[in-house]
Amino acid sequence: MSETTMEKQIDFMGKRHLAMAFSVLLIIASFAGLWIKGLNFGIDFTGGTLIELSYPEAVDLNEVRTDLSKAGYDEAVAQHFGSATDVLIRIAPREGLNSAQLSNQVMDALKESTDGDITLRRVEFVGPQVGDELTEDGALAVLYALIGVLIYVALRFEWRFSLGSVAALVHDVIITLGVFAWTQTQFDLTVLAAILAVIGYSLNDTIVVFDRVRENFRTMREGEPVGVTNTAVNQMLSRTIMTSLTTLLVLLALFFLGGEIIHGFALALIVGVVVGTYSSTYIASAIAILLGVSKEDLMKAPKEGVDKEAEEAELQRLFLEQEAKREARELAANAKK
Amino acid sequence: MFQAQQKLIANRYPAWKYVLLVLATVIGLIYAMPNLFGDDPAVQISPAKSVTFTSETQQQVSQVLASADLAIKSSVFENGNFLIRFENTEDQLKAKSLLKDELGRTAVVALNLAPATPDFLTALGAKPMYLGLDLRGGVHFLMDVDMDAAVGKAYMRYVDEVKGVLRTHKVRYIGADYENEKLWVKFKDVETMQAGLQVLQNEYSEDLKATASPDTASPMVELSLSAKAIADTKKFALQQNITTLRNRINELGVAEPVIQQQGDRRIVVQLPGVQDTARAKEILGATATLEFRLVEERGDARRAEETGYAPHGSKLYKFRDGTPILLQRSVIVSGENVINAQSGIDPQQGSAMVNVTLDGAGGRKMLATTKENVGNRMAVVYIENRVETIEQNGEKVKKRITTKDVINAAVIRGQFANRFQITGLDSPQEAQDLALLLRAGALAAPMEIVEERTVGPSLGQDNIDQGFMSVVVGFILVLIIMAWRYKTFGMVANLALTLNLVIIVAVLSMLQATLTLPGIAGIVLTVGMAVDANVLIFERIREELRNSSIQTAIYAGYEKAFVTIADANITTLLAAIVLFSFGTGPIKGFAITLSIGILTSMFTAILGTRAIINVMYGNKRVEKLSI
Repeated sequence: MSETTMEKQIDFMGKRHLAMAFSVLLIIASFAGLWIKGLNFGIDFTGGTLIELSYPEAVDLNEVRTDLSKAGYDEAVAQHFGSATDVLIRIAPREGLNSAQLSNQVMDALKESTDGDITLRRVEFVGPQVGDELTEDGALAVLYALIGVLIYVALRFEWRFSLGSVAALVHDVIITLGVFAWTQTQFDLTVLAAILAVIGYSLNDTIVVFDRVRENFRTMREGEPVGVTNTAVNQMLSRTIMTSLTTLLVLLALFFLGGEIIHGFALALIVGVVVGTYSSTYIASAIAILLGVSKEDLMKAPKEGVDKEAEEAELQRLFLEQEAKREARELAANAKK
Repeated sequence: MFQAQQKLIANRYPAWKYVLLVLATVIGLIYAMPNLFGDDPAVQISPAKSVTFTSETQQQVSQVLASADLAIKSSVFENGNFLIRFENTEDQLKAKSLLKDELGRTAVVALNLAPATPDFLTALGAKPMYLGLDLRGGVHFLMDVDMDAAVGKAYMRYVDEVKGVLRTHKVRYIGADYENEKLWVKFKDVETMQAGLQVLQNEYSEDLKATASPDTASPMVELSLSAKAIADTKKFALQQNITTLRNRINELGVAEPVIQQQGDRRIVVQLPGVQDTARAKEILGATATLEFRLVEERGDARRAEETGYAPHGSKLYKFRDGTPILLQRSVIVSGENVINAQSGIDPQQGSAMVNVTLDGAGGRKMLATTKENVGNRMAVVYIENRVETIEQNGEKVKKRITTKDVINAAVIRGQFANRFQITGLDSPQEAQDLALLLRAGALAAPMEIVEERTVGPSLGQDNIDQGFMSVVVGFILVLIIMAWRYKTFGMVANLALTLNLVIIVAVLSMLQATLTLPGIAGIVLTVGMAVDANVLIFERIREELRNSSIQTAIYAGYEKAFVTIADANITTLLAAIVLFSFGTGPIKGFAITLSIGILTSMFTAILGTRAIINVMYGNKRVEKLSI
């Protein structure tokens, strides 16, 4: 029990330049993906019509496509959704035709040429201006979330930490977007929600590390930033792994069992959690160090020289105080009886 | 030194914390429980507008139900509504059509799923969670009200009024009209214009601002609505549209429709359980109104069509088959005056017809007109407004498309006032639809469906099943891993996690917040993240154990981890709040469950586990912790 693990530390911070280079590489790759392939925006953002149909038995997509083009929807995209009996049809907003009646016309056209009963699973129609608004709101939401974080962390910790955590968040968001661009997974409103949740999660991780860094600055006699941060990361390592593991497990359950609609959402979070765990260890702390965070910055509280023993004594004092109060109450209660 | 401390740090919790915990558990269980009982297929009968159910109706309903031999579970009359529960959906559907036939227009008969919550829970106000449309199936529409048209209509009303005012004050004008967002009145010379300006300024001091046009060549007064008048017009248009939509939706027979204003020009319509979206859209989307006009018998419609010029005081219209007809410019009565319209069969011709009832003002106008025009023809113009957004030179432009069809021109057989028939409709279906739209009243301004989300019932059920499955599997996985890693402490955390789940469900049920599929995802995510607090605490205890005694380690572990947990959770909450304020519909559901989950997890993971740990280890001599 008493063996000290302090010497067995993994030198995370020593490899921070390597990690930074790796991150820069990832970000470049993400931007490349966003530039070359772009995001595969769902109709939430582009506007248009989406129809999900369920056939009684497996259906040939070519037939569906032929039927669609016969009915005059040449530009409609048909694909299987989850299983061979389900078909997803996407129709882009079309010049001069933007009626909400569209889905019914498509249904009628397809029903005519099929013997069996097609059931309508889902219709989504988003008008172009609503799409524009949703895009704007989405971008604003991400922006405001980041600003909120910037302010909170700056108030609670220190501006260098604040910048470090926001840099880590931007890093996470860009890489998650990059993955969506390269895999061409549909980017819809739920994915946007997931990205905001990623911001929340990644930040959670970052804060936990920062919190420990701050504590270590106060308690460790040797206040050299890289060493202090490295100790914090190591101390938090098993926690980071455990929490990421439990979160990833539930997300995998969601990814595999939650159904097709929630797929993009789960994917964004899985990517986000992995990248977020990495970035809170490396990017956030590394940037705080890079910006020159030091012992003095965090020693605003006049607790100079507080060490482990003093901390222990303080805890003990607090505890004794509480116990004394409790005993006094009990005595008073007994006296009443 | 540490030996001495062990006695002192006893890790005991005051009694009130235990009471709080037990209370939270009991309340949580009670309010989460209704979700276990599922739904009964039911029929809900609510009175149509301006109808109240009497004991007679009650008798009628029970007679219908008794005669049909249905498996009825229960039947209650509450708050002016009937709710009849059935054992199966077959009987439910049968009962619905029977009741609809019996009660006809006086009632809205709708299918519903009534929660089968036992009485003792209902008595406590416990209800199951409110499922969103993506889980229960149904239609969500976002309607956009064309406010430019609403303002235009307000101006159009003033055009006639302004002319009337000038006439009564004996000021001669050349013409008045509303064009390019301006209401203008033209005068012969500057003097009459000044006189007109004076009159109009006196008449409309607040709503309408009259200004003289500086151009002396064509003396003109321009009138514009004040900002307040425009705002009022818009507000009124939105209100009237909401009322109209509500009436139309009652016609559709939906159990729990939601019709809400969103922003200053949008209306959200949610129709749970509606399957026939085509019909719903037709009824909601189109805005139809009628105009009753006299036929201009003196002119030649064919010549007017060729030349493009209609004789003075008349306007060219067309029948649906394209035949031209000249109608007088002045409208006798418009759709706004229509109170009621019912379809039926004309007993003389056997064709479809609509019985129309007008309001007092409409009736008076109609009487005045028909008195002098017996033997002349009166036409009914059916006007349909659609708003379409089309792309023009890469820009999105809104275009209002108005189609005006003369659907009937019949000889006025005798003078009539507020009750008459429109005959000569193509089919009973057309008569029915026209009657429906007329009854629901004319809309103040055209609306466009700008967003639709329909979820079929099979997908809704799949979403529930898959969502539930992922919660269960995710939950079990987390339980296993926590028990494996933290042994006894892990089991305690698992207990807290279970309690957390119960409380989340209870809070969602109490708030009657809408549970959506992303909302379920939020619960799943919370399950994964909620253990973070316990992980932080337990890891800290392990760390402390290296240097301190067992009791101190437990104490310090909780105390020191608390700040970290609070910081971390507040930031996540921050993201959830941003999500809530920017998100729409399903996304809001995710934000809500996430926020509730964060708050409840703080309670259960810190207070809950600590209470149990204190009972297990507090104030005792413990050799070794199972952590």
